[in-house]
Amino acid sequence: MQVPLNHYLILSGLLFSIGVVGVLTRRNALIVYMCIELMLNGVNLSFIAFSRYLGDMGGHMFTFMVMTVAAAEAAVGLAIIISLFRNRQTVDVDDVNLLKG
Amino acid sequence: MQLLMFYGFAFFALFAAVGMVMSRQPVMSALLLIVNMFCLAGLYAQLDAHLIAILQLIVYAGAIMVLVLFVIMLLNLREKQGIISKHQVALQAVGIMALGFFIITVVSRLNPAKLPAPKQTDATFGTVAAIGRILFTDYLLPFEIASVLLLAAIVGAVILAKSKV
Repeated sequence: MQVPLNHYLILSGLLFSIGVVGVLTRRNALIVYMCIELMLNGVNLSFIAFSRYLGDMGGHMFTFMVMTVAAAEAAVGLAIIISLFRNRQTVDVDDVNLLKG
Repeated sequence: MQLLMFYGFAFFALFAAVGMVMSRQPVMSALLLIVNMFCLAGLYAQLDAHLIAILQLIVYAGAIMVLVLFVIMLLNLREKQGIISKHQVALQAVGIMALGFFIITVVSRLNPAKLPAPKQTDATFGTVAAIGRILFTDYLLPFEIASVLLLAAIVGAVILAKSKV
């Protein structure tokens, strides 16, 4: 039996919301970063589902680009976290308040 | 059968996602995120996106998560004062609930009969050849921009990670 499209959309929305919960509530910058990856994955799922149900491969291209951006984000974000840890000995997002004035 | 596989993958993906957000140790979070990515790769394969499913495993679950695990082990962190950030927790909780409610409402208002049924696709849908063809014709400019983006990311990562500039 075929899976209806809105099942995929609900799963995608739930994954995105769980990611938002993590980004807004967690204290550890690494886990915040991983929750952003989870949000990207949730969006990718809806791209792929729409791509299959509309018979157009444009969604695959968008997912491809999202993966590229995620790889670039991994390199730069983790470099920022390492340099933050080197300067402040913490990756706690509550302690990072240098820009607060 | 397809529906059963969908529910299996969806259950494990959601289970891993919730576990990832709730876990105390970053290593546990990273491993659960890898489980989640494997489940999503299964869903992609079910949706005939074979190349994307493999890329999900190689790029996401392979390269990116190995980098994350490497950084976690390099920093060797311990949670000291709880896992929840203390900035305006009530406001954040309201925001999260509003967003979740909004998403669930929008999706559940969609009439399943009006949504498109899966199109009949030919055997080349989602294969490497088909994706390569449109990547180098219709989507050539985004492809080139992605290469510039990756170059900028490499330079940025080297500059940021250097101890003295």
